[in-house]
Amino acid sequence: MSEIFDILISASFWAAVIRIASPLILATMGELICERAGVLNLGIEGIMVIGAFTGWIAVYQGMPLWGGVAVAMSAGMLFGLLHATLTVPFGLSQHVVGLGVTLLATSTSSFAYRLALPEVTSPPKIEPFQPLDLPVLSDLPFLGEVLFTQTAFTWFAFGVAVLVALVLFRTPLGLALRAAGENPSAVEAQGLSVTGLRMGAVIVGSGLMATGGAFLTLSAFSSFFFEMVNGRGWICVALVVFGAWRPGKAVLGAILFAAFDALQIRLQQTPLGADLPYQVFLMAPYVLSILALILMSRRAEVPAALMVPYNKGER
Amino acid sequence: MRLEPIPNPTLGRQLALPAAALAATVVVASLLALLAGANPFAVLGQIVTGAFGSKFALLETLNRATPLIFTGLAVAVAFKAKLWNIGAEAQLYAGAIVAVLFGTGMLGTPFVLPVSAALAMLAGALVLLGPVLLKTRLGVDEVVTTLLFNFIMLLFVSYLLEGPMKDPMGMGWPKSEALIKEARLPRIAEGLRLHWGFVLALIAAIAVHVLERRTTFGFEMRAVGANLGAARFAGVPVNRVLVQTALLSGGLAALAGWSEVAGLKGHLSQDLSPGFGYTGIIVAMLALLNPLGVIGTAIFVAGIFVGSDAMSRAAGVPTYIADMLLASALLFMVLAILLTRVRLVRG
Repeated sequence: MSEIFDILISASFWAAVIRIASPLILATMGELICERAGVLNLGIEGIMVIGAFTGWIAVYQGMPLWGGVAVAMSAGMLFGLLHATLTVPFGLSQHVVGLGVTLLATSTSSFAYRLALPEVTSPPKIEPFQPLDLPVLSDLPFLGEVLFTQTAFTWFAFGVAVLVALVLFRTPLGLALRAAGENPSAVEAQGLSVTGLRMGAVIVGSGLMATGGAFLTLSAFSSFFFEMVNGRGWICVALVVFGAWRPGKAVLGAILFAAFDALQIRLQQTPLGADLPYQVFLMAPYVLSILALILMSRRAEVPAALMVPYNKGER
Repeated sequence: MRLEPIPNPTLGRQLALPAAALAATVVVASLLALLAGANPFAVLGQIVTGAFGSKFALLETLNRATPLIFTGLAVAVAFKAKLWNIGAEAQLYAGAIVAVLFGTGMLGTPFVLPVSAALAMLAGALVLLGPVLLKTRLGVDEVVTTLLFNFIMLLFVSYLLEGPMKDPMGMGWPKSEALIKEARLPRIAEGLRLHWGFVLALIAAIAVHVLERRTTFGFEMRAVGANLGAARFAGVPVNRVLVQTALLSGGLAALAGWSEVAGLKGHLSQDLSPGFGYTGIIVAMLALLNPLGVIGTAIFVAGIFVGSDAMSRAAGVPTYIADMLLASALLFMVLAILLTRVRLVRG
């Protein structure tokens, strides 16, 4: 037990928590926007992969890091447009289309990677985002290491979360978006287009998912691997439920989740890690996500029109 | 823009649109070939001959289709009841584990094959039972839980293969001991690589078809999928039907893993399934969830994989083209099938 305590009071642990939470926060915000507007986006896993790949390859080809982020976001929005077109005006099954988009985006990344780099055996590296070095702040004890030596991309992720919360709950656009997910007929009665709102939400949300993927290649690691997203997208879908479709709670959920993830990595190095097979630790994030879903099952207020296609003139 | 139903779609429309979806997939294949700097006609030709062009190729395709028929059926029965089982991969590995557990000497009787098959189905059913009970009892969405179970199961298999099930003679490779001869599915004919798992898959497809069309359970299953509220109102025990559907679906998916171990590989390794569980979703959707149709679409999908492998060796286009084509075919096809019934109009 004292090992766990030692880990929990170390600054490097909390710095890791913030780092691990960042891509999850970006992708969770993306999924949250889609679901608030009434569309379940299971393309998330593949869209994170395409974001990780396109962002990385753009920087590898010589673009600046933020250029890579922009490329990733655009690629994500493109797949979001595909998802939105099939599920919103055509009203096709959001489950089937989402899984199809995930497969298409994942295989496109693998195909393009092999075309671009046919010969490489070890994945080439890029120069990723560096930890910030702020005057005074970065030198603060504890907080300096936890908060002020993160990369600019992490700050971007938290900024996005604040922005999403403000837009969703403090602007007319946010109100309309949420209404499209709760009571689309009422939105239409206001003279707004449910199709437009939902498509916009899916496209922007998918862009955020892709930046979450790009965080992995441009800030967390410096190479692209085929398996690097590894279920993080599905975990973000669970985080949206855990956060009861609220940005603030979802961010807290992502941080809590990241804390457990960072803890399991460190516990592997302790005597406990010698006693238990390492797979038990690696299972923890997935088991935890399922437990989170069970915990929230009775309390969650699901958007009423989630997964219900809207067709004008039909009731 | 809104959708307007077409009252009586013509037969021409019902045939032309799926054909157009297939044609669109061929166009995507050609574009990808061009991108890779290869001749599109050569690439398409090599995929087809690589999959169906020789006796060897055809048998390889049928072998590859075998697990896909099982996972395709698993998905088809579940999706028909609108139970979103995305966890066929986990259930497949449950079946594979049982095949090894009982096939490496624990059971030496002449009944080892049927017993291990039955236990494999049970194991697969139990893997899906958790998520479906969470759905019916607590309302936890099964899509995410079944997806997450896939990752948990793969790690469990990794643990087994590096621990209790590790083959001591495996030269350090994480794989299980080989099955004893009595626990192996024989080949259909001497000298042919095709094993009896394929025939079992065909029988399973027919059995599911009969179950769906000729039994009360089949009717209830379809009723729950078609309109949950109406089914409940009509007195269908919705939750019980969902649980029973899950048990059937999990059992079918487990047979995929069981037959891969008992029929093809003879042991369990981490790469037993290159995503057969996920590909089963494409197989089932292309078959419009029809159990007999699953046979045809599984062979088609297996052909794309086997053909792409052969083509990739010859033409140098990355094998990932297969997944891209299947994803495109899936999306084109669901759209085409929808457009046989409705059209998009202004207003």
